[in-house]
Amino acid sequence: MKRAAPDLSGCQCLGEALRDAIDRWKDHVVLIEADRDRENCRLTYLDFKQQALPLAGALQQSGFDQDDRAAIIMSNQSKWLIGAYAIFYGGGVLVPLDFKLTAGEQLPLLAHARVKALLIEYPLWRALTQVPGFKGVQMPIVLVAECPKSVNLQGAMRWEELRDAVEPRFIARRRQNVACIVYSSGTGGRPKGCMLTHENYLEQCQALMTWYPFWPGVRYLSILPTNHAIDFMVGFIGPFVCGATIVHLRTLRPEFLKDAFRRYKITYVSVVPMVLKALESGLRARFKELPRSRRWMLDRMISLNRLLTRNRPNVSLSRRLLPQIHEALGGELEAMITGGAFIEPSVLQFFYNLGIPVANGYGLTEAGTAITVNDLKPFRADTVGKPLPGVEITLVNCDAEGIGQVATRSKMVMAGYLDDPELTAETIQNGWLMTGDLGRIDSSGHLHLFGRIKNMIVTEGGKNIYPEDVESAFDGIPAKEYCVLAVNYVWKRLSMSGEQLMIVLRLEQVSEPTVTLLEELRVRNRRLLDFKRVAYYVLWDEDFPRTASMKIKRGVLAERVAQKLERDTALREL
Amino acid sequence: MSSLDRTLEQLLVLASDHFQVPAGTLNPDDDFFKKLGINSLQTLDLLTKLETHFNVEIPDYELQGVSDFRTLAERIHSRL
Repeated sequence: MKRAAPDLSGCQCLGEALRDAIDRWKDHVVLIEADRDRENCRLTYLDFKQQALPLAGALQQSGFDQDDRAAIIMSNQSKWLIGAYAIFYGGGVLVPLDFKLTAGEQLPLLAHARVKALLIEYPLWRALTQVPGFKGVQMPIVLVAECPKSVNLQGAMRWEELRDAVEPRFIARRRQNVACIVYSSGTGGRPKGCMLTHENYLEQCQALMTWYPFWPGVRYLSILPTNHAIDFMVGFIGPFVCGATIVHLRTLRPEFLKDAFRRYKITYVSVVPMVLKALESGLRARFKELPRSRRWMLDRMISLNRLLTRNRPNVSLSRRLLPQIHEALGGELEAMITGGAFIEPSVLQFFYNLGIPVANGYGLTEAGTAITVNDLKPFRADTVGKPLPGVEITLVNCDAEGIGQVATRSKMVMAGYLDDPELTAETIQNGWLMTGDLGRIDSSGHLHLFGRIKNMIVTEGGKNIYPEDVESAFDGIPAKEYCVLAVNYVWKRLSMSGEQLMIVLRLEQVSEPTVTLLEELRVRNRRLLDFKRVAYYVLWDEDFPRTASMKIKRGVLAERVAQKLERDTALREL
Repeated sequence: MSSLDRTLEQLLVLASDHFQVPAGTLNPDDDFFKKLGINSLQTLDLLTKLETHFNVEIPDYELQGVSDFRTLAERIHSRL
């Protein structure tokens, strides 16, 4: 089958691209959902349509119309895609919310997006209904999946009972209309709902598929939830429009993950850096256990593979040189895709040496997912790749070493933040999206990242954490003032790794925190999700700088702390 | 001792064994991410061991938002 990028230039909207794919690939398998060693379902494109259209019909019958917003809160499973298709079919706007947020964090985002419909799994719905203030958020249409029959859903619809709804009407949208509202942060502070248009996604898909084509026969293993920008693009839109198959695995347990690679002969998989590192550790441990002679032979073969693929990957050659490794991963893996957080070059090089290229990239939700990706011509572990076709990047306010803020311009840059023209104007200046990340472009056009100038951290699991969002966890602590900041935002450091949060404490008339205060801080900290926890506290003896409306001037405070205190002595472990 | 306490006690023993820390060093309210320096993937590994021991299937989502042994024991106990 020809490996070529799809031509989406004539398409106006995602609904049209997906509908056309169904008409074209009819009997090809589009979705497989597995849970552990069980296969829950296997759908052809036509089966998929038969499941999605009743949902689209039910939504329309309930009053869902074009440009209405519908949120999906679901784990990694096939209904996510079926729901999204139904929303786009009816001309709606999709609001993909992270199912790993707490219900208390999800509710304000649902309210901010003013969703008309919500598609949700039962355990998540149950948690949402128990959040104080739940009844104050209007959601006229709620569709709950996987709910036990004994439960009374009190007005919400049951996904599994949707039948014989009206024939849905396909509603086309224009390229400039909003397709999705994606929250890049704002779980506790100022919600940042990125409005991404149909054009943003169609252009991103076209560009990514030019470098990493999908074709009928490709099996993409989806282990990231589809609310994740990478999975939405390469685990839904991309494979779907190319006639490929998406395999959902509803567990991340290593033993079932390994089995899924082999059973479904996976072609591509997207992983966050944390999973990639775990895979590396597992493989290294197995190499160590090999008898000396086999280990010697393996090392020689890895060296030979590295030599022969130094200019270009050659997966079929690598499979012949290192058959056991490739067979353990199903024997048909072309590449792994990663991004969303910093990954050490040594990890990328480890996999490349085994003949498994890792498509490492750099992107932002605001930029429609990826900005740069490794084009493998040749493979470079030390960079985050080159700009995708159609993407421009430049550096702003460069220092003497050529390091400056990365700015990008393309048809993939979002329309703006929902209901926040002020923040939009700060972020998109003369058509250029200011990323807040520091980078340098080398002579071959590759982008290197060095750190951030914004007050945020990114976890190894690919989560953006804004300190403002975790601050509310410390409401009411016995301190005169407090403020949560990213450590590297205060003391600038040219590093993308080891990012952590700190809390600046201004105490009441004492110079040292009491045992009670520290214990209170630790208890509050433990209540936060593990990746949001504050690592350090810093003592500060001046009043915080504030605006006329008494908001903390975070930037000014960070500057003052950095000027007055030394990083290593100021940071105390919490 | 209630059956939940017994589940908790067994969980602590299994976790000590799995992460190779001396018996008795883990406490019910310990934050296992912090105390053991592990990530969410490593806790999934432990979950597999717990499933075998308690002969029960525990979906990954049961670990969501859980970071101490006591809450984990409650989640397991509710499925026994």
